[in-house]
Amino acid sequence: MSETTMEVNTEARRILAVSISKLYSARTQRGGLRLHRSLLISMIMRSARDIYHSARESEGPSGAQPTPEEPMDAGAEEPAPPGPQPEPQPAPNSSEPFADEPDATEDEGDCEITEDKENLSPARQSRKRRGKASAAPDFLPSKRARLEPGEERHAAPPGSCRVVPWESLVALSLNRVIPAF
Amino acid sequence: MAGPGGDMQWCFSQVKGAIDDDVAEADIISTVEFNHTGELLATGDKGGRVVIFQQEIENKNQPQFRSEYNVYSTFQSHEPEFDYLKSLEIEEKINKIRWLPQKNAAQFLLSTNDKTIKLWKISERDKRPEGYNLKEDDGRYKDPNTITSLRVPVLIPMDLMVEASPRRVFANAHTYHINSISVNSDNETYLSADDLRINLWHLEITDRSFNIVDIKPANMEELTEVITAAEFHPHQCNTFVYSSSKGTIRLCDMRASALCDKHSKLFEEPEDPSNRSFFSEIISSISDVKFSHNGRYMMTRDYLSMKIWDLNMENRPVETYQVHEYLRSKLCSLYENDCIFDKFECCWNGNDSVVMTGSYNNFFRMFDRGHRRDVTLEASRENSKPMQVLKPRKVCAGGKRKKDEISVDSLDFNKKILHTAWHPQDNIIAVATTNNLYIFQDKVN
Repeated sequence: MSETTMEVNTEARRILAVSISKLYSARTQRGGLRLHRSLLISMIMRSARDIYHSARESEGPSGAQPTPEEPMDAGAEEPAPPGPQPEPQPAPNSSEPFADEPDATEDEGDCEITEDKENLSPARQSRKRRGKASAAPDFLPSKRARLEPGEERHAAPPGSCRVVPWESLVALSLNRVIPAF
Repeated sequence: MAGPGGDMQWCFSQVKGAIDDDVAEADIISTVEFNHTGELLATGDKGGRVVIFQQEIENKNQPQFRSEYNVYSTFQSHEPEFDYLKSLEIEEKINKIRWLPQKNAAQFLLSTNDKTIKLWKISERDKRPEGYNLKEDDGRYKDPNTITSLRVPVLIPMDLMVEASPRRVFANAHTYHINSISVNSDNETYLSADDLRINLWHLEITDRSFNIVDIKPANMEELTEVITAAEFHPHQCNTFVYSSSKGTIRLCDMRASALCDKHSKLFEEPEDPSNRSFFSEIISSISDVKFSHNGRYMMTRDYLSMKIWDLNMENRPVETYQVHEYLRSKLCSLYENDCIFDKFECCWNGNDSVVMTGSYNNFFRMFDRGHRRDVTLEASRENSKPMQVLKPRKVCAGGKRKKDEISVDSLDFNKKILHTAWHPQDNIIAVATTNNLYIFQDKVN
């Protein structure tokens, strides 16, 4: 990969990670999901996804297709937390450290981002196990589900599907965010 | 009004609110609004309270009069609620306050949170009745057998009491979050706007409203823009505008049809390709729209700029003012810390010659339209000695920083001025920092 393409890739994936975590943390916000804000975040995610794709295409067929087994340490990218912030404390709504977020990726038994189960239309529900078991994409926060009081954490059965390939993840988030309103 | 904008010297007048740095979330000011005479100044906060200040004028006839705003009334407008059907909490934060023009001794204002609008009556009581025949003075009923004569009750003076009472509650009309309310010039109707719909209400009727704009797509996956602000024209009772997250403004005429989905005018400026960036779509979202007092222009605020539009020209604004262009290269960081979602408001002065808006680091900006001058000022406790003149501030975008300049990286993005208001007649401004309200006055005035 060329240097610039790699940078663009890294940047696009980082922005995607930040956006996804913003969407997740917005769900626990007082007052509920804000349509305007969710729309803007999903627009950013779309652009980041497009940039990532066009950057990969521009490097030609020599670049590996993004298979789940591809070592996800390209560019020595750190998993998730947003890049160093020169500005002081983020505003109240910003993505909190991921310990606060209720949703897991790795512990999801059926590999879905289950956002709004009640409001999913039948066409949306896809319980297919996706892809091959793989390590979590490096841009996703490594975190675990927040437990309700009294709940116990169960070990994920070995060999269970870990996480979807990240493009499907993005697509899933984009397709779910707005219709959930 | 004395003097063009550039000659104005702004002085500190007052600051309201707690001094300590530890800001209670409920105290965060969420809206500021002068009434039509400027005598009253209302603020709403995140805790659902409304505080009204009243102007007490010393020596108004003198050329350099000093006006002071003191607390007139405080009341809890909205409480937190829970929508059981959707399992959602409804915040009590006051999104907007709009005053009604005064018709009698009492004052009326509309205040709204995300879902419910309320009409409040604020009235003064400075007399109380005494000498009832059937009741004691403390309200207990007398034993009728003890009454031997009749007398006429009299009104006797008492200490001024200001009472706020909710007269109307306009609820259950908005699925999405209300972002604007605007009273019509007919003084009978008003509009409320949420992300996808605008409703028209009659001030007397609470159990129904008319939907006049609906941009909800049949398939929500196709949603590309939302309504961000709406306002009635100051004189034409049939005209209103609404702005969108795509940077467009639509002017609608209610005479054309009941449902104003088709705009009469669409104001949109073609995007400057040289400014195109990854975030340019979202920074074009308009956060506020305000008509000029004379009704000929309207002003819009997006993340980096303010634009003034002539209502007769749709294809581009007549004036554009950069508020903090030095932030354009920082958009990625501002996205990460959520500042890019901040919704700044803007306002006109009384004669539409100067416009004002807020920025970060507790800076606020004024643009003198006629003299093409602008100034950056700061609301801070350090500059709050009585009548202290505010020194213009300057942000150094890059290169060598001069003395007294502040570099972009030193700006405090937690200190933001989102809400400002200008007295309708005089050069008095109210500027809200996170939890303090600053009142500044032009020295000459």
